[in-house]
Amino acid sequence: MRLPLPKRLLPRPVKSGQIMPQGTVAANPTGFPAAFCPKKPNVIKGLIAYTGGKIALARESMERSLFSYIWRHSRPEQVVILALVVLAQVFYFLSLTVPKDVINNGIQGNAFKNSQTIPFLVWELDLSAILPGKVIRFFDGFQVDQMQYLVVMSFVFLGAVIVNGLFKKTINTQKGRMGERMLRRLRYELYDRILRFPPAHFRKVKQAELATMIKDEVEPLGGFIGDAFVQPMFLGGQALTAIIFIMLQSWTLGIIVIVLLGAQMVIIPRLRKPVLVLGRQRQITARQLAGRIAETADGVNEIHIHGAANYERADIAERLGRIFKIRFDLYQKKFAAKFWNNILSQATPFAIYLVGGYFAITGHMDVGAVVGVLLAYKDLPSPIKELIDWDQQRQDVQIKYEQVIDQFQPEGMMPPELQAVPDGPPPELGKELALAGVVVTEDGRVKQLDNVSLTLLTAARCAVIGGSNSGKDVLGQVLARQILPTSGSIRIDGKDFFQLPEYVLGARVSYIGQDTYLFPLSVRENLLFGLKLRPIAPATYDDVARAERESFWKESERSGNPALDPNADWVDYELAGATGPADLLPCVVTVLKQVELDEDIYSLGLRGTVEAAARPDLAEKILKARHALREQLKGGTYAGLVEPFDKDDYIRNLSVAENLLFGTAVGKQFDGDNIAADPYVRSVLQATGLDLDLQRMGLSIAETMVELFSGLSPDNPLFEQYSFISADELPNVRLLLQRLGGKGIEAVPEADRTRLMTLPFRYIEARHRLGLIDADMEERILQARRSFAEGLPESLKNAVEFYDFGRYNSAATLQDNILFGRLVYGQAQAGERIGTLISEVLDELGLRDSVIEVGLEYNVGVGGKRLPATQRQKLGIARALIKRPQLLVVNEAVAMFDGRTQDRIRDNILATASECGRGVVWIANRANQAEPFEQVVVMQGGRVTAQGAPSDLAAKGGLYAELLASA
Amino acid sequence: MNLNEEVELLKGVPIFSKVEQAKLKLLAFTSERVNFAAGQEVCHQGDPGDTMYVILGGVADVLIDTATGQIAVAEMQRNSFFGEIAILCDVPRTATIKAREPLSTLKITKDMFYRLVAEFPQMAVEIMRELAHRLEDTNEKLRAATKAA
Repeated sequence: MRLPLPKRLLPRPVKSGQIMPQGTVAANPTGFPAAFCPKKPNVIKGLIAYTGGKIALARESMERSLFSYIWRHSRPEQVVILALVVLAQVFYFLSLTVPKDVINNGIQGNAFKNSQTIPFLVWELDLSAILPGKVIRFFDGFQVDQMQYLVVMSFVFLGAVIVNGLFKKTINTQKGRMGERMLRRLRYELYDRILRFPPAHFRKVKQAELATMIKDEVEPLGGFIGDAFVQPMFLGGQALTAIIFIMLQSWTLGIIVIVLLGAQMVIIPRLRKPVLVLGRQRQITARQLAGRIAETADGVNEIHIHGAANYERADIAERLGRIFKIRFDLYQKKFAAKFWNNILSQATPFAIYLVGGYFAITGHMDVGAVVGVLLAYKDLPSPIKELIDWDQQRQDVQIKYEQVIDQFQPEGMMPPELQAVPDGPPPELGKELALAGVVVTEDGRVKQLDNVSLTLLTAARCAVIGGSNSGKDVLGQVLARQILPTSGSIRIDGKDFFQLPEYVLGARVSYIGQDTYLFPLSVRENLLFGLKLRPIAPATYDDVARAERESFWKESERSGNPALDPNADWVDYELAGATGPADLLPCVVTVLKQVELDEDIYSLGLRGTVEAAARPDLAEKILKARHALREQLKGGTYAGLVEPFDKDDYIRNLSVAENLLFGTAVGKQFDGDNIAADPYVRSVLQATGLDLDLQRMGLSIAETMVELFSGLSPDNPLFEQYSFISADELPNVRLLLQRLGGKGIEAVPEADRTRLMTLPFRYIEARHRLGLIDADMEERILQARRSFAEGLPESLKNAVEFYDFGRYNSAATLQDNILFGRLVYGQAQAGERIGTLISEVLDELGLRDSVIEVGLEYNVGVGGKRLPATQRQKLGIARALIKRPQLLVVNEAVAMFDGRTQDRIRDNILATASECGRGVVWIANRANQAEPFEQVVVMQGGRVTAQGAPSDLAAKGGLYAELLASA
Repeated sequence: MNLNEEVELLKGVPIFSKVEQAKLKLLAFTSERVNFAAGQEVCHQGDPGDTMYVILGGVADVLIDTATGQIAVAEMQRNSFFGEIAILCDVPRTATIKAREPLSTLKITKDMFYRLVAEFPQMAVEIMRELAHRLEDTNEKLRAATKAA
């Protein structure tokens, strides 16, 4: 429902300070910016009714009644289940009546008293009710004798039982599936709504509460949905049958029973009402508790910094106390209700005994009838009780449902059409962005933007400057639709900016604010996040997988979920200026260079690993780099900086463990200290006789450590950094040495030997310089290295990747692969110089971009925390740049960098933008950043005070000159 | 060079002469030995620094930036130390030290330095003595320079 726009509402310049024309608010007759049409008392009269109507439309509320919701989405399934239940009754009845026939006729032979055989399976239509005596017989049946009858009827009984069971199974499965489908639908709908919440709403809701609602609070609904319609009908039917039977026996008793049941059905729900109210409170407090716990996790640094842990404890204890009270009240009320429930349900037999007994004694009724009524009544309480329970459950889930959906319909939700999946490439943005009388207020008080009217060309480069409260940042957020104006209009080429589908905005406008959120994915996934507006190419599946996917999507549609495939290729390469995955990398590198992130990603790449099987081409090139580097290292300049790996040499810059393994540990088996305890390593050491040598070496290390570290206090940082033995363990070792009194390793008890043996594993001759490894020892360790490799059992083959100059090592980092050696200790700036050399070698081989590609696979961690803050921000800017937006809004996004970096990044962005005729709105964190822009907008107190070319503004002086002078 | 040889070497350095053998060994074990190739800079004038160096072998030039370019003002040989000013006064490096021939040094961090001085006041006296010598030397040069002018 859209209203035609009155002509006078088309944008026109509004002088600042001028009273806003009446129609401007109505210029946005969309549901989306309901914040545009708030219940603001100062909105001009006559508009309120109009906007009021719009709000109702904007709410686009969910079904209030859970029943209607269930009925609307599961009608056919409910009908099928109902039909199955009715059909099942036939077999249920059969399974009840057949035993009677088996006993009476089959075993006792009642039907065979008069004849040897009786007809079986007679098929006739008895019309005697309408035509007296008229019976149409279609089939006379088989004649069976008693034994045959017994056998046949027994099998009929068995068949009935099986069919009955099958029905039960089918009905339950159907119910379960329907419930799960509805649950899926509801969860999806709620999540869908989160994506359409107005941005401001996220300032009010806690994320943990949203998660709890979707995850936990709607869960019980799934179980109820299957029974929502079937249960009451089924139970009602049963109860009705029993009542009719009682009525047939005695009117009076029947009426008494009905009255008592009626009383039960009125009183018990009333008793349960407080239980429901408490249940609602329990739900809300539990949800708030989840929110509070998440807050504690979010603000844990602040809690520690300010020593507020006990204040937090007090708060949580208070909440838990409140929850306890609610839950305890709940128990009390619940059991009170149960008590009355029991009393009332026993009131009926009480009445039957009393009244029926009286009738029987006085002769109004025979005893048999009273017993019959009692028997019939036996079948009555359980369906009635279940009906009452069902009603209780219904109210409970209805409340839960309302509680949840109330939180999911804030005012001003974005209409779903604006988030439609586009069929093709997104259209262009338009040329002219016109703001007219835009006002932004926080809760209707402070005006952050006050009657801003501006015309921005989307292809122009414009800077916005102003003081810290000038509203410039708010303007930036408005341009990215992050904040919805309170009143005024923004039009793009005459069309409402807020009616623009999100994909157009997503593809054509980029916004980067002061802080960036990164998803806990790889750098690459984060960078390409902005290109995933629609599936570009479907994923390829083999026939089996495809069939599986098809049925998966069919099921999705049944639950109202979209059949979108996350495995499809969503990356819109064209947006980035590439034609496909193959030539995307250069675009990525260009963007990374623009934000000066390429070096960082390059070093991440050097520290990253690549599986040779996945990238054989890259592995081969890295091997080439290894050879090239080896040649360079032979030259004089780099002599003595790197000790290359050679399987026939002891590497003095590697630890004993590394020398023994001579490879990269894969997994935990040989990693770190595990190698010393590994049984296979032990066996190798024993076989080569090295174990005794290592024990001797361990003893020697222990002696040195005791000598060096004895005088130090246990908390001395040197322990942590240098000692082989921890401060706690040192006294024990000293005691051991004292007991030994200078005797050799042979005198050491076996248990201590094992401990001593672990010491030398970490020993690096070049670094620790204790002179423990002489030429002879080197030879012996080399021997152990060889026998370790030769005898390595098949099961451990995957636990180590051996160093081999001719082979790429998938377990080692790229840098280690290229270096194939270890930096020599104590050579000044060896790391830097070799780093430069590696970089040169990679450049020469044209491998730099490939290394960056590996670096792109680095996982940035939760919230990007594995990257330093500046790199996070740079990645955020790169993400905004890679889609080559028609209009880029940079909202003080460079503020965290140092001054020179700020200017360089600005210049890079500007250069590319002017070259390609793209627009930039640069909200400057420092006024002097505005100088190279074509147009400058000066803001103060939420208003635009001046705009024009920098030179004109400078000539005029005023605020522009002031801001520039103070920058 | 292993640890014991290094300790022998350190014993010959005047500022460490009064430090007991066990402590010297700890110093040697926990301090980094850094080797510089001829022509390599150990530290650069104006850079921040928090380490001092003791020369264990080789010769280094002390260079000062002037308006007319770098000039060599002194040379340092085995057993001399430098970099203590940056540690003591928290100022940037006051001179550039460049290895004239392959240079072998012991790198002592700020923490280690203070711990040593606290534990061995004699070491502080030795350092003072050396600093006084350098001051005297500078004064001498200043006198000669004024006379020449």
